[in-house]
Amino acid sequence: MSHLASLDAHVLDLAWAGVLYWLGVGFSALLLQRRHGLLTRLIFPLGALGALFMAGIGVAGLLLPASSMVLPIGLPDLPFHLRLDALSAFFMVLLGGAAFGITVYACGYFRNMAAGPLALLALWYHLFLAGMVTVLLADDAYAFMVAWEVMALSSYFLVTTDHKIPEIRRAGFLYLLIAHIGAVSLLLTFGVLQGGHGDYTFNTMRLSEMTPFWSSAAFLLALFGFGAKAGLVPIHVWLPEAHPAAPSPVSALMSGVMLKTAIYGLLRVTFDLLKMQLGWWGTLALALGLVTALYGVIFAAVQSDMKRLLAWSSIENIGVIIAAFGLTLIFHTDGKGALAALTLTALLYHTLNHAFFKGLLFVGTGSVLHATGERRMGRLGGLIRTMPWTAWLTLIGALAIAGLPPLNGFVSEWLLLQAFLLTPGLTQPYLNMVIPVAAATVALAAALAAYVMVKFYGVIFLGQPRDPALQHAHEASWPERLGMLWLAGACILLGLFPTLVIQWLEPVVLMLTGQRLSGISNWLLLTPVSAERASYAPLIFLAGVTAVVALTYLWVRRVYHGRVRRSEPWDCGYPEQNTRMQDSAEGFGQPIRQIFEVFMRVERETPDPFDRHPHYRGDSRDKLWLLIYQPIADLTAWLSMQAARLQHGRIQWYLIYSFVTLIFLLVFTR
Amino acid sequence: MSAGILLQVAQTLLAILLAPLLMGWVNQCRAWLQGRSAPPITQPYRSLRKLFHKDAVIAHTASPLFRFAPYMKFACMALAAGIVPTIANDLSFSPAADVIALVGIFALARVFLALAAMDIGTPFGTLGARRDMLVSFLAEPALLMVFFTASLISQSTELPIIVATLAHKAFAIHPSLAFAAVAFWMISVAENARIPVDNPSTHLELTMIHEAMILEYSARHLALIEWAGALKLFTYSALGIALFLPWGIALQGDIAALPLALAAIVAKLAVGGAALSFMEVVSAKVRLFRVPEFLGTAFLLAVLGMLIHFLLEG
Repeated sequence: MSHLASLDAHVLDLAWAGVLYWLGVGFSALLLQRRHGLLTRLIFPLGALGALFMAGIGVAGLLLPASSMVLPIGLPDLPFHLRLDALSAFFMVLLGGAAFGITVYACGYFRNMAAGPLALLALWYHLFLAGMVTVLLADDAYAFMVAWEVMALSSYFLVTTDHKIPEIRRAGFLYLLIAHIGAVSLLLTFGVLQGGHGDYTFNTMRLSEMTPFWSSAAFLLALFGFGAKAGLVPIHVWLPEAHPAAPSPVSALMSGVMLKTAIYGLLRVTFDLLKMQLGWWGTLALALGLVTALYGVIFAAVQSDMKRLLAWSSIENIGVIIAAFGLTLIFHTDGKGALAALTLTALLYHTLNHAFFKGLLFVGTGSVLHATGERRMGRLGGLIRTMPWTAWLTLIGALAIAGLPPLNGFVSEWLLLQAFLLTPGLTQPYLNMVIPVAAATVALAAALAAYVMVKFYGVIFLGQPRDPALQHAHEASWPERLGMLWLAGACILLGLFPTLVIQWLEPVVLMLTGQRLSGISNWLLLTPVSAERASYAPLIFLAGVTAVVALTYLWVRRVYHGRVRRSEPWDCGYPEQNTRMQDSAEGFGQPIRQIFEVFMRVERETPDPFDRHPHYRGDSRDKLWLLIYQPIADLTAWLSMQAARLQHGRIQWYLIYSFVTLIFLLVFTR
Repeated sequence: MSAGILLQVAQTLLAILLAPLLMGWVNQCRAWLQGRSAPPITQPYRSLRKLFHKDAVIAHTASPLFRFAPYMKFACMALAAGIVPTIANDLSFSPAADVIALVGIFALARVFLALAAMDIGTPFGTLGARRDMLVSFLAEPALLMVFFTASLISQSTELPIIVATLAHKAFAIHPSLAFAAVAFWMISVAENARIPVDNPSTHLELTMIHEAMILEYSARHLALIEWAGALKLFTYSALGIALFLPWGIALQGDIAALPLALAAIVAKLAVGGAALSFMEVVSAKVRLFRVPEFLGTAFLLAVLGMLIHFLLEG
């Protein structure tokens, strides 16, 4: 026991040492600007080791009691307070685990980049990682905001790696703008939370009592600020622009991990600092989450750029997570502790899952991009033959995110739906009306996610190459494959051993809701409440499927035969076929576009039937951009134009301005 | 426990073996109603036998996924048939997957088949995959809502417990179940590619959905898909019977009731199959873009059923 206690004291030191290590790795990359080989073979592997170390710290942090420390850095009177408790430890495991796979992948992915930009990229990459960990460890508002900004700025520079392309600069600017609007909102949140004490440590915030008005204000500000980071509709517009613009490992890191720091922040503020007692805001979060989930998945279905499709799918997943958050809040404030524990477990599980499968899918598109130089799905196809490793590993991610058993996406979805089914008995009757509709929305979003993934996978990897050059696409390099293997392995293991994962999540759930899940007793059978209520056993399920497949295969071979003859595709005997007759990405999304056209502004150019070289272009844009953002942008432009009237470019006028200002100030200060 | 496993295996095998018979019965009834001379009821078995004996012809461009998908679909449907109580309620496999997982099993089979349809890269294959996914993304949430209504009544998502609860209750007490039953009927029609959503006996490109996906399959692979299709129809029918007309099923530990349960299920399936073929004969296939309306209605009915449960029965 004393052994454990001594480790307890040091685990936070070790975590901080890990942060410094990442900073060291990042800055030493700058010294190796001319040594390309060392950058890919040394810097990124060292960074990956750091990630593994962080995951280890997280696991230790979940087992040990919370520990805190004060670091004398920063401004004289404002030291950094750090704290490692179950919540931060869980997110550290998520960060370390996903970042390890992604960074191993990055060792191979960046092999063709020029050394100078690569060194800079390695610096931002590791700063980004260090910033995210510090966000998780911060125990005062000052440290939190500093780390939050480090995270935002370093990711801005990562997004604009290819800054010579105007769209990418534009995407980066939009990202920076919304990140800072969100950061201002967070600053105000902490301003409200400190409650006039002038003390910005989280410990003081935990102890202070708030009137309902101020706690509502703090909650709404936090929801806005963290929502802007997470991509909650309607502050999601930056996400489908910025995530695809970044290099693929960075997209993976942003979608898989960075969005989760916003979830962390929301949980930290709501359940730990604010001790939120106002259930109706849970309904708001639930509604916003459901709208986000549906909106995200509908737009994912009509995308034709593979990375943009994944970015929209991230919005969907964030929506599901925020909906679970809202439901947790409703249960928690209604005194249904056990249900809050179940919903929170589903939330954390889905957060963890999304880090791995979205990371996997993004790095998968990275390999496709490397091999073909093409992001538009309508130009790809048939890559399962030339890139089998990438294709099969990506398939695992696609099936997992589509929520299919026995992979991990299904487990979290299953837990969430169970939570919806347990709602009867809430004290507020209006909630009983809302919940069925909410459950229907979640089910609809999940079913649409399967549609999106069939489109994503089918158009890119299956079928015939839509471009002859694709015949020569090369397979991903070994580090890339290893990175993908790690992420895919996590998707499988998280899917097959849900009870172990849930037991391991227990300290977090206990810390935030004060309850634990009652039903978990058998490692094979997942029974969140009781065996009579609901159960699911992925291992038995997998064994069943495998056994039937194997038996059927053997039986067919034994009783009949295994003869195969190869020929041309039949296709109903249609004589003239070419690869352009397959569904394009637009074609596959067409039914969804037709059904949900109200949310979109659709632009189409359809070719003339007699055109010898027909060209089709279809573009489905976000209507919210037109409804909300365009007016704001127009207003800003108009105000700037008005302000520009003051600017004549004549020195006399500027001298008069200075003079008037001087007089004004003299009068004012006297 | 061992009796449970025995019963489980027996029931699954029975479902696998009897499923083509139900298909044959539906086809026979339809032929009678249309005034044609009907094929024998065992015709599906003969077709399967013929297909299994043939050489498989596969396109040059097929990947392993294409050859794996029929086995996957068959395995998923066999598992689904294993979970749904047909003659007995005491199934040892059922704790492994509840109704939500059952929806997941159907989805897994469907996604694999849709991917396989896109694998060859023919226009019909991708068209079929797209249309099938369109039908399913509307049908799947509706199916979940039906299950939710049933599980809210029985406080459980485990099929044996739902069935046991509903078997002890009279139909009239639960208006929500009436809505759910209508929705379930509509979903079953869509999911099993029957008229008015899809026509199993057409190969016209304007109308086909499921058939377009499996155009490139032949011989044993096609046989497995057809068999799995029959099994799916059987499973859906058994599911509908178990949820809405469960009387006569052998409950936990009641071995003596098994023969009666078998007779009951056969009678119910015969009536249900005849009703299905009657509906198919009197209705016309709707245009593809009317399908979302059809399934949207099913979805709304299912959600209404759930709301009614909360309002009137909660």
